[in-house]
Amino acid sequence: MAIQGATASRSGLRSALPLLLPAYLWLTVAIFLPLSAMVFFSFMTDLPLSGKPWAFTFGNYATFFSQSLYLRLLWASLRLGLEVTLWCIVIGYPAAYVLAKVLKGRSREAIFLLVILPFWSNGLVRIFSWAMVLREGGILDTALNAVLPFKINIDLMYSYPAVIIGLVHSYVPYMVLTCYLTLQAIDDSLIEAGRSLGASRLQMLKRVIIPLSMPGLVAGAALIFVPVVGSFMEPRILGGRTGTFYGTVIEDQFVAVFNWPLGAALSFILLAVVLVILALAAPVLRKAA
Amino acid sequence: MAGVQVSNVSRSFGAHKALDDVSIDFADGGFYALLGPSGSGKTTLLRQIAGFDFPDSGRIAIGGESVERVPVEKRRIGMVFQNYALFPNMSVADNVAFGLSVRGEAKAVIAAEVKRALELVQLGKLGGRRPHQLSGGQRQRVALARAIVTKPRVLLLDEPLGALDKALRVDMQIELKRIQREIGITTIFVTHDQEEALTMSDRIGILRDGRLVQEGPPEEIYDSPKSEFAATFLGDANILRGDSTGTGIRLPDGTAIAAGAGATLAAGAKASCAVRPERIRIATDAGSAGRANGNMLRGQISKRIFAGNNSTYFVERDGQTLKVIVQNTGIERLAEGQDVVLRWSPESTVLIAAS
Repeated sequence: MAIQGATASRSGLRSALPLLLPAYLWLTVAIFLPLSAMVFFSFMTDLPLSGKPWAFTFGNYATFFSQSLYLRLLWASLRLGLEVTLWCIVIGYPAAYVLAKVLKGRSREAIFLLVILPFWSNGLVRIFSWAMVLREGGILDTALNAVLPFKINIDLMYSYPAVIIGLVHSYVPYMVLTCYLTLQAIDDSLIEAGRSLGASRLQMLKRVIIPLSMPGLVAGAALIFVPVVGSFMEPRILGGRTGTFYGTVIEDQFVAVFNWPLGAALSFILLAVVLVILALAAPVLRKAA
Repeated sequence: MAGVQVSNVSRSFGAHKALDDVSIDFADGGFYALLGPSGSGKTTLLRQIAGFDFPDSGRIAIGGESVERVPVEKRRIGMVFQNYALFPNMSVADNVAFGLSVRGEAKAVIAAEVKRALELVQLGKLGGRRPHQLSGGQRQRVALARAIVTKPRVLLLDEPLGALDKALRVDMQIELKRIQREIGITTIFVTHDQEEALTMSDRIGILRDGRLVQEGPPEEIYDSPKSEFAATFLGDANILRGDSTGTGIRLPDGTAIAAGAGATLAAGAKASCAVRPERIRIATDAGSAGRANGNMLRGQISKRIFAGNNSTYFVERDGQTLKVIVQNTGIERLAEGQDVVLRWSPESTVLIAAS
């Protein structure tokens, strides 16, 4: 039996190879090669492309630890990632629940479309639209002053909340989609069974629905947290002077200061930190899921 | 524990009348089957009693108290679902404990009650397992234990044995009946399986197109169905159609069929007679059984199905196929193509108004 199983899985692998190959070939070319080049750069004193002499060094990594600025920015970015993730859960999970369990048919399709619309719009357009909404004399300010009897000044532009708003808007669809999928998979009869046993809706949510949709929450959180920690577009455009984060500093190294080796080193430190966080969280999350 | 009264309940979904003025009285401690084809409204009725859905009109009372607008979580009912609906994120014991724990019972009380409920369904040792580690029959028992541990007033079962294979289903029928007797709870179960309804329940309600067709003990419905539908849906029946003679019918070819049971009908009205296949005796020789006032028809065997302990004969007669089931008590068999005489007593014949 065991031998049979082994040969079966081996021949399964052989027949799967043509299917796997394109994806792995692409990953190798598109990710592994550039990434290895970046690892290489991160240990250089200068770019070989610039024609200047270069040498092997750990200095770029040392820079991170020698200046408290980088650590502070990394900490700010991790906090940003956490906050955005939490807001995405707060906003995305109820939406996913309504989509999966309350709405049916055409209205579900319509709402679904609205949720994933941000996905289809260009990121820059999305962020500049927010800039128009959030600035003083912008859409939000004008609209509120038109409705309210007293004069208020709404100028969220170039502030931390503006960065949060922009990032949550960009990333909330991930949370809605991953949670929608797990919530959709929960049999309605489970909810009915719980109610027949006398459980209130809140008790059902706490003891059955959230535990069963945990894989979706975890997947959504991972999909959001990691890119948000390294994000630079939203902080730069919506945050202005307050929008200096770890991601914007890395971007600066590549596009402004042209210090690719430091930028690469900072990126890999971020990657390492994120991997450590996910590894530490894994046992807890696996238990919860 | 309490009885359930359903009075004039109607429920429509759009233009579709799922329940049409249904009244049925479930006495305290009884075991009831709601039987009907799919789309007959039986599950809709169960969901009204459970409180998942509210009727458009009519009254539902549990233990004399009107509940038709009370949501399910406040009705104190126990429900077993067709797919078991066990919480996959909890152990068997936690599943059973769920109803008590959401009510805020003390931990010690919960532990004792759960233990007792699991022993009642003979799963005392499996409390630590997860639902996915159990067989279908075991899951069914857990679902039952979970439904009764809260001491509900009524136990509702929605096709509880539908997902089990035949042998297991028979075991569970006996088991379910035993447990129901032991705790004496009013039990209402929905099924489309007529055999299940016959063997398990004290009373059967047959539904069709949202209406209650007939209600009563299994023997009564089987022996004197009030409609062609009830006759053919619960058990097998041969239906002969003709004009009423008051005490029977006259077939189109003039043959008189005497009926000893069923409706009283004015002579001349369109009517049917129902005869169960096993009540008919089949023979080759017309002279051998010439008893007075028995019903008799001649026909030709078109098909014979041998099923070991019995044989089913299909007999062609005046464009109609009649079914006869004979216990194979001897070795004599009738062959296909043979001319035969069918005889049965008026007592086995039920007169039914034409539907």
